[in-house]
Amino acid sequence: MIAPSLAASAASTTSTGEAVQFWILAVVAVLGALGAVFMKKAVHSALSLAGTMIVLAVFYLANGAYFLGVVQIVVYTGAIMMLFLFVVMLVGVTAADSLKETIRGQRWLAGLCVLGFGILLMAGIANASLKEWNGVGRANAGGNVEGLASLIFTKYVFAFEITGALLITAAVGAMVLTHRERTERAATQRERAEQRVREGKQVTPLPAPGVYARHNAVDIPGLLPDGTASELTVSPTLRARGQVRDVSGEALQDLKALEQRSSDWLERGRSEDADANAKGASK
Amino acid sequence: MNPVNYLYLAALLFTIGAAGVLIRRNAIVIFMCVELMLNACNLAFVTFARLHGNLDGQIIAFFTMVVAAAEVVVGLAIIVTIFRSRHSASVDDAGLLKL
Repeated sequence: MIAPSLAASAASTTSTGEAVQFWILAVVAVLGALGAVFMKKAVHSALSLAGTMIVLAVFYLANGAYFLGVVQIVVYTGAIMMLFLFVVMLVGVTAADSLKETIRGQRWLAGLCVLGFGILLMAGIANASLKEWNGVGRANAGGNVEGLASLIFTKYVFAFEITGALLITAAVGAMVLTHRERTERAATQRERAEQRVREGKQVTPLPAPGVYARHNAVDIPGLLPDGTASELTVSPTLRARGQVRDVSGEALQDLKALEQRSSDWLERGRSEDADANAKGASK
Repeated sequence: MNPVNYLYLAALLFTIGAAGVLIRRNAIVIFMCVELMLNACNLAFVTFARLHGNLDGQIIAFFTMVVAAAEVVVGLAIIVTIFRSRHSASVDDAGLLKL
């Protein structure tokens, strides 16, 4: 990590090492951000975003924000992104994002707006044309954490207190939103069995996967007598994810190969017999 | 290199995040793009703190992180609740606030 220059006076350029670090990691950050936006599956988006956040943590450290760099890794990549992954696990399994546009021309308009917005932001920054800057070295002289603490507990103490109230409200809100009150009694096993018989759809337990094929993995459907895969034998979750492996063709091919081999063998035996017979006849 | 480059990067990341919010329709991905925008703002704040030579920018970034954490908790709880009642996390399906 490149420490910021401790010079109190204004500087005009960073070290070469920081420049190299910036240009390499900035590319990684932008690629991660693009991945988060354009990846089809939510899990891939979350992982790309986690990469971008780790790169941002490195940038915080390079900018002299040592405390924030560590907090970025612990809170953002450690807690928030993992929370996202948990919710993707709960929700995203069947929630395939359809890429069909519902509003015509929405993507082009969005791209245009974003392009204009980006140009506006960048032009604003370029217009400021900063040539010199102070560097955070003097502010960090007594230690970054100590400097932050002395500001939080003096100048920003009121905001800090409000933050506590906000966190408690958020925790209570999350609990209230996700808690489900059971309004009716849960059905007993006997009632569920009676209901199954009444509906008459699937009275017996569901058939196990792969038993009638030559595999017993959970993602391989069992085969019906005519060799087609049975939908009932694999879990609906695997079906929704598209992770069902169909090996019925493989089994049929194996059978065909076996038949071919045996017929070859029989053919050879028969021809040998014929040869022997022919020899016997000639004698 | 001038640290202003960090500001350009922050602007670029913010723009990409905004594009994601406008284009995507899966509520979770939209939420992740909002997080990306918040992170871009944090990078800008930290860079401003360096340019100014004081720690106020870092304090603001710290508060942004706290607010983002609270926002994520409540937002994801809302998404889970909507998914439970509608079996979909697409923002197109949730046209009404009532169930």
